[in-house]
Amino acid sequence: MGDIAVEATGVSKRFRLYHERNQSLKAAFMRGGRAKFDEFWALQDVDLQIPTGKTFGLIGHNGSGKSTLLKCLAGILVPDRGSIGVHGRVSALLELGAGFHPELSGRDNVYLNGSILGMSRKQIDRSFDEIVDFAGLETFIDTPVKNYSSGMYVRLGFSVAINVDPEILMVDEVLAVGDEAFQRKCMEKFADFREQGRTVVVVSHALSTMRTMCDEVAWLDHGKLLEVGHPRDLVDAYVGRSHEDRVETEPPEGGEQAGHGARWGSGEVTIRSVELLDGDQPVSQVATGQRMTFRMHWKAKKPVEEPVFGIAVHTLDGVHVTGPNTRDVELSTGTLDGEGWLDLHVPRLMLTSGTYELTAAVFDRSVAHAFDHREKLLRFDVTPGTPRDQNGVISLGGSWEIQAQVDSSA
Amino acid sequence: MGDERDRYAQEDVISQFSEVFANRELLGNLVLRELRGKYKGTALGWFWSLLNPLAATLIFTVVFGAILRVTPSVGAGGVQNYTLFLLCALLPWNYFSGVVNAGMAAMLDNANLIKKTAFARHLIVFSATVSLFVTFGIEMLVLAVALLVFGVNPLLWIVPTVLLMLLLAVFATGLALMLSVANVYFRDSAHFVAIALQVLFYATPVIYPISLVSHVHPDSLVARLHIDTLYFWNPLVHFVEAFRALLYQHQLPSLTTCLVVVLSSAASLWLGWVVFNRYSGRLAEEL
Repeated sequence: MGDIAVEATGVSKRFRLYHERNQSLKAAFMRGGRAKFDEFWALQDVDLQIPTGKTFGLIGHNGSGKSTLLKCLAGILVPDRGSIGVHGRVSALLELGAGFHPELSGRDNVYLNGSILGMSRKQIDRSFDEIVDFAGLETFIDTPVKNYSSGMYVRLGFSVAINVDPEILMVDEVLAVGDEAFQRKCMEKFADFREQGRTVVVVSHALSTMRTMCDEVAWLDHGKLLEVGHPRDLVDAYVGRSHEDRVETEPPEGGEQAGHGARWGSGEVTIRSVELLDGDQPVSQVATGQRMTFRMHWKAKKPVEEPVFGIAVHTLDGVHVTGPNTRDVELSTGTLDGEGWLDLHVPRLMLTSGTYELTAAVFDRSVAHAFDHREKLLRFDVTPGTPRDQNGVISLGGSWEIQAQVDSSA
Repeated sequence: MGDERDRYAQEDVISQFSEVFANRELLGNLVLRELRGKYKGTALGWFWSLLNPLAATLIFTVVFGAILRVTPSVGAGGVQNYTLFLLCALLPWNYFSGVVNAGMAAMLDNANLIKKTAFARHLIVFSATVSLFVTFGIEMLVLAVALLVFGVNPLLWIVPTVLLMLLLAVFATGLALMLSVANVYFRDSAHFVAIALQVLFYATPVIYPISLVSHVHPDSLVARLHIDTLYFWNPLVHFVEAFRALLYQHQLPSLTTCLVVVLSSAASLWLGWVVFNRYSGRLAEEL
């Protein structure tokens, strides 16, 4: 095996978008032959070289062609132009447990799925115990898989695929499988893969994972390869770009902001919108370490005594980062009536760069009753700043100091 | 673009045949999946695979043997039994139509597998061929026993019969390969083929002897429409006649029949293979 594990040269893939699905002979005859369809190039002239032993990520917005590219690399789709060269045994995890037969036992399906993924009977015999053990299904392995829970199903699927012993593993958004313990096992397995010098090609929207996991990242946009490079730089550039797209969806001035999450509450006081400010200037992205203000616009239908305001910040994968509220700091909000706003001033934003979800809520004094709870009201981007820390969710804002121990007696 | 694809198809014929061999374990597992999955959860299980031809035999024997009184040709040792005469052709026919039907449904039934995994797609069709061949083999064994019971010893004719069974499998697989992709692009194919199979069943001398067609009065409708000529061009007629010659009459089939059987099998497989490779590249997106 050389330095290049997977190579795409001038790969283009065209899909047909049928106006009217022409799957009947009658329709075909009536139209005098071919169905009417628009052509749509899902990939255009993509040149890509994936080095052996690297973990390589594909990023891009929905419809950018990254999954299509992965399917082409995996040999599921045949490109219309260009060629794909693959050096090594490939295992593709596009859907876990694809090809399981519901009536057959877990054992039979391991053999079936293993051989679909290219394992020989002997190889499966050898790794059978490991597969079952990894999936944690020892007691159920002779039960038909139709009686499995969906979690058991995907766990077995993942376990088979990861034990195929591939030289090149291709993964499409299947990392979020099973419970936390199983996910940790999966991540460990990926780490093992890297250490063993295997090539991993991964497509994911979980940008923080991509940033830490990948050695190199390719950014696709509308079927074209924009750039290949270091994951940190490219993920940041990508987040910056998707933020630009987001500005246009900002709410009209003074109006009710439309969130994309759930909303509940009795409505005596409502949160009309939340703004991000730099000084007095509304912004939609903030750099790490920058000062900023969260401004909540409220409206009270009737006088309400001592309501409690709070916000919560989550990452896109649902990690609760922080949840400041007026009760914890014993702020008296007084009696509210009419309209107004409430500011939370942040001197230095210690979130690392990435995209975050903001939830805002207003409760009664006891915090048992919600007046207005707006889940995921706002999505905002944090761009790289100072401190330059990139990993995890927060920066400690610390500074490093190194000292060598000098032996004074010498 | 078309040229590229043709070249691709041609270059790969040899490597793809060797791929079939390399994939024999996968083929084995797919066959096992078909065989094990088919009757799972039914009380009678495998017995069903024998009950179906049994019911058909009973119906045809009563309707055509007893009521319409079709006279079967005279078999080896002077045996003249409609049921045996029927089975020698009905079992091969059932296998043929089984493979064609299974081939039609193969790609749609396995859509998820095709869209999400990469493997040699023709194996899905082949697995239908092989798994049905197992049932076919069992049925033919039962028939052999029945022939023995009726005093027609088929033992000497087993080897050519098995050869003929394999040729039939090749012939049916070629058609199934073609139809499996056709059905993805045009979903009507399945319905069209259902009717075509029905016509073909009666146009093939399964339930009646071919002598009823070939030895007719020159003024009859059959002769004037040249239906006997049509029969000559139906490869299945030759298959059925060959099976009957070997098992029921204990004769070697005529040279013409042998030639037609071999050539049509080869042609069917070649054509099926070319068509399949030409169109199977886009299966994952068309499904």
